[in-house]
Amino acid sequence: MLNVTIDGKSLKVPQDSTLLNAALENGIDIPRLCHHPDLVPSGGCRLCLVEVDGYKDPVPSCTMAAADGMVVKTNSEELYKRRRDAVDLLISDHPMDCATCEKAGDCGLQHYAYIYDLKETTLQKEIHRELVQDDNPFFLRDHKYCILCGRCTRVCSEVVGADAIEFGQRGIHSYIATPFDVEMRESSCVFCGNCVQICPTAALLPKQRMGQGREWDLEKVRSVCVYCGVGCQIEYLMKKNGNGVPGIAYARGYEGGAANGEFLCTKGRYGWDFAQSTERLSEPLIRKDLAKELGITKQEWQMPEGSPLSAKNAIDNFVPVSWDQALDVIADRVADTVKKNGPDSVFGLASARCTNEDNYVFQKMMRATIGTNNVDHCARLCHSSTVAGLAKSFGSGAMTNSQREVRDCDCVFITGSNTAEAHPVLSYEVIRAVKKGANLIIVDPRKIPLTRHATLHLQAASGTDIFIFMAMMNVILREGWADTEFIKARTENFDEFARSVAEITPEVASEQSGVPAADIEKAARIYALGERAFGTSIYSDVRGHSSILYSMGITQRSNGTNLVLTLSNLAMLTGHIGKPSTGVNPLRGQSNVQGACDLGALPNVYPGYQAVTDEALRTKMAAAWGVEKLPANVGLTVVETIHASEAGTVKVGLIMGENPMMSDPDIGHVEKSLRILPFLAVSEIFLSETAQLAHVVLPATSALEKDGTFTNTERRVQKLTPVLPAPGSARDDWHVFCDLAKRIGERLGLKGVNYDFADTAAVADEITQVSPIYGGISHDRLGTRGLVWPCPDKNHPGTPILHTTEFKRGKGLFVAVPPELPVERPDEEYPFVLSTGRVLYHYHTGTMTRRSAPLHWREPKGYVEISEQDAAALEVLDGRPIYVESRRARIRALARVTDRVPPGTVFIPFHFREAAANLLTHDMKLDPTSKIPELKMCAVRLENPAAKKKAAKATKAAS
Amino acid sequence: MAVAVPERAELADELAKFIDDWKEKPGNLIMVLHRTQLEYGYLPEPVVIEVARRLGHPAAKAFGVATFYNYFKLTPPGRNRVAVCIGTACYLKGASELTDTFCGQLDVELNGVTEDKEFSIEGVRCVGCCGLAPVVMVNGEVHGKLTSDGVQRVIDKYRNGRENPEQAAG
Repeated sequence: MLNVTIDGKSLKVPQDSTLLNAALENGIDIPRLCHHPDLVPSGGCRLCLVEVDGYKDPVPSCTMAAADGMVVKTNSEELYKRRRDAVDLLISDHPMDCATCEKAGDCGLQHYAYIYDLKETTLQKEIHRELVQDDNPFFLRDHKYCILCGRCTRVCSEVVGADAIEFGQRGIHSYIATPFDVEMRESSCVFCGNCVQICPTAALLPKQRMGQGREWDLEKVRSVCVYCGVGCQIEYLMKKNGNGVPGIAYARGYEGGAANGEFLCTKGRYGWDFAQSTERLSEPLIRKDLAKELGITKQEWQMPEGSPLSAKNAIDNFVPVSWDQALDVIADRVADTVKKNGPDSVFGLASARCTNEDNYVFQKMMRATIGTNNVDHCARLCHSSTVAGLAKSFGSGAMTNSQREVRDCDCVFITGSNTAEAHPVLSYEVIRAVKKGANLIIVDPRKIPLTRHATLHLQAASGTDIFIFMAMMNVILREGWADTEFIKARTENFDEFARSVAEITPEVASEQSGVPAADIEKAARIYALGERAFGTSIYSDVRGHSSILYSMGITQRSNGTNLVLTLSNLAMLTGHIGKPSTGVNPLRGQSNVQGACDLGALPNVYPGYQAVTDEALRTKMAAAWGVEKLPANVGLTVVETIHASEAGTVKVGLIMGENPMMSDPDIGHVEKSLRILPFLAVSEIFLSETAQLAHVVLPATSALEKDGTFTNTERRVQKLTPVLPAPGSARDDWHVFCDLAKRIGERLGLKGVNYDFADTAAVADEITQVSPIYGGISHDRLGTRGLVWPCPDKNHPGTPILHTTEFKRGKGLFVAVPPELPVERPDEEYPFVLSTGRVLYHYHTGTMTRRSAPLHWREPKGYVEISEQDAAALEVLDGRPIYVESRRARIRALARVTDRVPPGTVFIPFHFREAAANLLTHDMKLDPTSKIPELKMCAVRLENPAAKKKAAKATKAAS
Repeated sequence: MAVAVPERAELADELAKFIDDWKEKPGNLIMVLHRTQLEYGYLPEPVVIEVARRLGHPAAKAFGVATFYNYFKLTPPGRNRVAVCIGTACYLKGASELTDTFCGQLDVELNGVTEDKEFSIEGVRCVGCCGLAPVVMVNGEVHGKLTSDGVQRVIDKYRNGRENPEQAAG
């Protein structure tokens, strides 16, 4: 600590403090405009000048390091004058039209003009920058309001890593420029809007807020983002009544958000307008054929044959009914089926986008009232292999560390995660680590946006990554980089594991993957020793701290569980677990996929991962839920459900907010199976591709209209607040399924199962009773930071880092796994590898993001990434259609010629129904442990319709 | 047939090699842009973007540097480049009058290019031969102690490719 005197106060401040930070942390305010706590100080605005004893002139406090014994004055007549002059200069080049300015009330310059009593400049007024850039639906850049503080360029480079803008020109001609003044869309801008949020003036404004009111006209509502698993907290600025149509004016990151600070990505900041879409479901619907059967209409009608993927006006297939009618029909069908075919003839799919409370009630209904464990959700298709793998090696299948720790890593190891597009705000943590000197290693067949920042990109051929991981461990053992103390004290089964990698030398891996052996050795050293590129570690251990981040590229594989185990082996081998900024960190894809798993929306476990096969647990849960007994057999998984439906062994499906018609492998097959199903009820916010096949559709509230909790990828339970009113008679899922469960219970003669919850807090209270890891997580404790499970009791502070002194299962288990390759590899007939995944501007099956105007503008159509070489060989033009065909189906998408994919590989985002990637994927061989299908890779062939036409013409001409 | 690989500038071999040599060195951007301008006479947009890509710099940064320094040109110069020295000595010896005369006779603004692209003219800092002030350089060739009367003679010498070094070399 340093002793510094500021304004006569003796202060003790940390070693690396600047004078500004020292003052601010001790409640002494210093004027400032270009400073931002998350950015490197630039010292540009000259407002934060202070006087330091021994210095002739005032110095900027933001760039001045505090030194022991410094005596500092933050206020004096001289400082006042200098600061006033600085503001005077700024407003000499800035319009003083505050009366009509959108930013009034929230503008830094306006604030200081007021403080220094400058109604107008005392200098010659001259506005140098007249350019107005209105080239996108996200934000407007009006250069005349720009004060060149550089916050936008710094956040773009230091936090987001997009590097889209920089200072152009110099002196009075300076301005913030894209390269060669191209439109934002043509630059590397990712439209995250973080520059907009931290711009101190009206130079950058969200388009959505224009004309909707100023700071004082808007009410703030804080909730959790509806999109990915990062769990950003968002402040929605709401138009008050009397100020036009009520609703959201704009959204910004909530400064106190544990996962995001005040930063957001493009989806979170701009993608909320789906909720106000006219296509939202607002009343329960019954399909016309069932309506006829029930006597609601007299009209004869048959379900049309066309696929829901291309259906138009599908809403005409339904008639609106009352909630009572809709729920009674469902309850009748469920009860009849249970009586006739047994409870296991019913299946339920819960949702990773519904709240913990929704999922809890849903699985309780399935288990306690209907009496089946046939409940699963789409986590089966993303991280079931994580849950299985990490549970086996560590005892707990979730992120071991929290997201905020990533910025302090010495080495970040990312594999099978396109972090910057699928978990953008977490990628900001990675960028911050890199900017501070951490090494970034990426193992991925594609050049993803983060590879530009990576020390090493091991571009392994699709499916060969397991050889790289094993070879890294081979090198680590060979070179003596293993953490032998950790292995001895904390793990078991090391010897068997060590034998399993003995043969997998870097040369072997290189031959399989195409990655140079030297790169594999280098990656092994950097990861094992936690080496930095530059700078010093904040940790004082012998070796630096390395963290593994991974996602679907690892899990959606027919050997997904083994791949997860391999990464666990790697972390244990080097002792990179149980400490801050280390660990094995699966990035969960949806807002509440962690929570849906935690709350037992899985066929083998009750809430809190308590096995249904454990008799003691079964007895405990039966008692807690007030039933005599619960089913002992493990239920059907998502994919098995589809197969069972085709086989006729399940008869009734209840789906809450899931869209297997887009998200599951081989959706041609899914459609066939769901059409056969005698009865399907779906609760949804839109008439999704799946809902179109349902007999009864229930209108649900979206996460923007709900309260309850989401659990983010780092196990943090956070509280939602309703931001918008529900459309029409749409209801919260927990409420609907309580109602439905009671009706089913009546028909089955079941009494005593409690579904009378006053609110979501009451549901959460019941969860604390039945799920030990949620034991202390009641709504009243969540506040703004939430709580991280395991949190066993009311006084427990939560557990951000797992396995610190002991693994959940006791000793960490090394598991020897064989190096296996994907099931469907390219061959002569289907010579390309197809990989699927996400794109930055869309989310999952696109039901929400494709109805968001700005996101749709940026990425309107389905496409296929193809390498320059392959495009040239096929004579495919960028932006022109191309057919992609697998053994399952054929789709048409627009070619995107790019160097992101290597030759021989194509990539299709799975959000676009008109070019649905999952028509092509397969479920031929599921991962034996987790039953996850190999969505990540299959074999396809490509056909260029233009070339075919040309060839046909040539043949014709020749004949 | 024309295949639409995204437009990526092909770089001259020597420039590509220069980039490779400088790739790992800190502060390489200015050096490489300098070399690029020597190659093309200015900094063409696709070339700058490709250069930045190869060096691992954001294109925005390269653009920022290229526009910061007066030396870097983003538009093509005329076939003949007139550089009027406005260093101290030349200034005192009447460089501004000389500039006006050049601009008047070529019918072009300072730092502009003539309509027929024959000439571009710019003011430059001291070219290092103050003894010959005022000095004008055309295509790197020094014309010392030049007076307004001599301007037309100099222009005529270069007009229509008569003294163009590129053509002479060809």
